Amino acid sequence: MSHRVRLLVLAFGGAGLAVMFAMACLRLPHFGGSWHPYGERVVPGALRRGTPNVVSSVNFDQRAFDTLGEELILMASALAAVLILRTVRAEQEESAGRHAYGPAQVFDALRITGYLLLPITFLTGVYVVAHGYLSPGGGFQGGVVLGSAIHLIYLAGDYPALARIRPIPMVESGEALAAGAFVILALGFAGQVTPMNAVVGMEVGCAVVLVLARFFEQALLVKEHA
Amino acid sequence: MAEPMIVATLLLTAFMATAIVLTRDPARQAIVLSGYGLVLGILFLVLQAPDVAMSQAAVGTVVVPLIVILAIHAIRRHHVREPDKDGDGT
Repeated sequence: MSHRVRLLVLAFGGAGLAVMFAMACLRLPHFGGSWHPYGERVVPGALRRGTPNVVSSVNFDQRAFDTLGEELILMASALAAVLILRTVRAEQEESAGRHAYGPAQVFDALRITGYLLLPITFLTGVYVVAHGYLSPGGGFQGGVVLGSAIHLIYLAGDYPALARIRPIPMVESGEALAAGAFVILALGFAGQVTPMNAVVGMEVGCAVVLVLARFFEQALLVKEHA
Repeated sequence: MAEPMIVATLLLTAFMATAIVLTRDPARQAIVLSGYGLVLGILFLVLQAPDVAMSQAAVGTVVVPLIVILAIHAIRRHHVREPDKDGDGT
């Protein structure tokens, strides 16, 4: 496909998107008004399920299929990052490269803050996942918090410790298992908010760890050059 | 209604977005992006969407800037071989 044809296709798609988006926006309810056609249909259905957090109930019950799509997109992108960035292994062997383990010089204040915040952040993540049915939050939010909390160890200057507490093969299996469990839950048991939150939390947490791990490997690789 | 609050947060969001564009160095830009993510999270909170605000706070202030910084770092490492004036950037 030549450059010109590609531009034409892009322009066609962009124009279509602009027209459809403008038409959709023109029929939106006004900002801050009292007419909520979607909410009036969704909220009673959600409340019938006995889940106080309506957003979670909608995500995992009435729109469980959408959430399933989102989860699979996340898994696919994590998989793609792992595949694309894997070349670092070959680079390492060919050029006799090695890893420089993190910032060697870390301020004591930063080190202490990292170690202190780690358990607190981890607990917050578990809380957000576990209470997703009750209060704002849920599997995705808690999963991201859990997945990024681990990296506070790197902030404290200890990359080997980070590598030890997140063995990549285990994280990969965890990701796959959680995604599989979510497919079963979404197709067979939609509406079970708490187990679905737990599974999504695990899947998202593993995905974040996997993607960041590949980026860390790339960033910390030092090429020996004579 | 909390209209003044919404207007103030929207203005703050626009301010942070402008700040990102005006920051030239990509590494600094990632830090400003983190601040923008936080402000966007506050905007969602003001608009009564705490669930989205939490997602935004987690992804927008931590994960995305971290990936950007790591990517910039990796690119600089690859440029070490070339005779470069600022070394490996550490």
